[in-house]
Amino acid sequence: MINLLLFPIIIPFLFAIVLLFFKERIVLQRVLAVVGLLAALAASLYLAHTVKQDGVQTITLGSWPAPFGITMVSDMFSALLVTTTIILTLLVVIYSFTSIGEAREHYFYYSAILFMITGVNGAFTTGDIFNMFVFFEVLLIASYVLIVLGGEKRQLRESIKYILINVVSSALFVITVAYLYSVVGTLNMADISVKIAEIGQPGIITVIAVLMLIVFGIKGSIFPLYFWLPGSYAAPPIPVLALFGALLTKVGVYAIMRTYTLFFVHHTDFTHGLLMVLAILTIIAGCIGALAYFDLKQIVIYNIVIAVGVILFGAAQMNESGLSGAVFYLIHDMLIKGALFFLIGIIIYVTGTSDLRKMGGLMKTHAPLGWFYLIAAFGLAGIPPLSGFIGKLLIVEGAFQADHIWGSIIILASSLVVLLSVIRIFIYAFWGEPQSLPATERKPYRQMMVPTIVLVVLTVLYGVGTEWLVPYMTDASNVLLQPSIYIDAVLKE
Amino acid sequence: MRTNDVILQTTTKVVFFIIFLFAIHIFFAGHYTPGGGFVGGLLTTGALVLLLLAFDLKTVQRALPFNFVIVIGIGLLLALGTAAGSIFFNVPFFTHAFDDFTLPLFGETSLHTAMLFDAGVYLVVVGSAMTIIQSIGGDA
Repeated sequence: MINLLLFPIIIPFLFAIVLLFFKERIVLQRVLAVVGLLAALAASLYLAHTVKQDGVQTITLGSWPAPFGITMVSDMFSALLVTTTIILTLLVVIYSFTSIGEAREHYFYYSAILFMITGVNGAFTTGDIFNMFVFFEVLLIASYVLIVLGGEKRQLRESIKYILINVVSSALFVITVAYLYSVVGTLNMADISVKIAEIGQPGIITVIAVLMLIVFGIKGSIFPLYFWLPGSYAAPPIPVLALFGALLTKVGVYAIMRTYTLFFVHHTDFTHGLLMVLAILTIIAGCIGALAYFDLKQIVIYNIVIAVGVILFGAAQMNESGLSGAVFYLIHDMLIKGALFFLIGIIIYVTGTSDLRKMGGLMKTHAPLGWFYLIAAFGLAGIPPLSGFIGKLLIVEGAFQADHIWGSIIILASSLVVLLSVIRIFIYAFWGEPQSLPATERKPYRQMMVPTIVLVVLTVLYGVGTEWLVPYMTDASNVLLQPSIYIDAVLKE
Repeated sequence: MRTNDVILQTTTKVVFFIIFLFAIHIFFAGHYTPGGGFVGGLLTTGALVLLLLAFDLKTVQRALPFNFVIVIGIGLLLALGTAAGSIFFNVPFFTHAFDDFTLPLFGETSLHTAMLFDAGVYLVVVGSAMTIIQSIGGDA
């Protein structure tokens, strides 16, 4: 099956198209969305297994030879991200059954989700820089639909900002690709890497590296380009927010990691130094935001910003511990952010408000919710047996090896702030005197708990089963460390 | 009182078919000369928009009782199906096939599966452009 690596992209696409035909039949839509995602999950798991067994999988569309056709490349890094994406989307779809409301389901909600996953998986898998732009647009246009779907006043206002920012950054992406193409004369990522090595990264390539950092930094919300994120992400309903928070910024992070390990590796003093400084500033900005708010959504949204900083700081070290820590932390962060958004979604559903000061005493009435929230919060902060620990440990280790002592101290300090920010939610919402709750149906709350519990359990397993995951992560970081593996797989003679 | 636009409507009835045939021509010519699914689709939409200008939305919807969202779906399925057909022959996705055939009316003709893909593009372009125009122009 030489087309195996395309299945996680094609299957959601096919089901997204099929869903267009059944606009009014909600039950059928739900069934088809779940079936499609299960099929894609099976394909992506098998793909990860194949990549583990046989090394990097590549295919050049249309049977054209490698630099001339569009190459799709699945190394362990992208295979893991694709698998995580599909698991998360499956759970988001199940969570949506009870929380999104029928009105939205009537207007191509599941179709938009599946189109977005097509784009996300495509962006993770592509080996062609312009094709990556196209997949970015696929996921962005689907995300425009999801952010505005429902048409509340706040959604309309924030979607204008969101679209404006992303149109600008997409235009900048095209300009950057045009510059790059005029210098190296190719779009295939492996070929670009070879050509840049041949000409030894002159100044113009470093300029392009910074432009790429700006482009992907807007998508991935690094300092000082994260300004659009807190407002825009707070607007859509919780399942959409979970999907955005867990996936969209991570595509930008993936693109930065890919280009900064494959293309721009010859003058790392400047490019990776800049990346590191920006990552640290991102962490600090995120920490300030996470402490400043009494709003559940805002606190978790600023935690996204912190995590983006931590991952990029790890990636900027360019040594083995730093990069494998970044990979570990990236996957962990996708899972845990999904779980946290699910949990605060339930808290908001139960209390009817997202203001911390108006809630309290939930532990007496909703004990399971409280305990799962506590586990997720500890996982986010990186308490040892849980999922956030190993990634951050490796990142700090990598930073010490590279003599970036202050950076690692800031990372460690940021963990405390992260813990404080999420425990504050716990203390305000679960301790204290019970507030009078609005009447909620018990059944939807239980149904929303199911995917949440599955996701929290997954993050716990991710932390406990670290040893079992290490070979996969090592494969992933090896490809990032040694671009020659990637290049040889694509441009095989 | 509604103005009498008999000249506009009569001209439209003739011009519509000229534009539509030109669109079909552009669509089929795409492989060897400028043109293809995208322009062909836009020209077809242009012809339909002319109908919309000369008559009203209800008349056109009665004459062309398509749900254009379904047209988008069919177009996407056609494009994906053409590209995915290669999976069944275990060659890379998007590998096209072509050959020369002797057809009864056209004689020696080169047929290429890229044309089916283009037909998908054509339907998606027509479907999405018409969906945009109908939903902005309609009351609902």
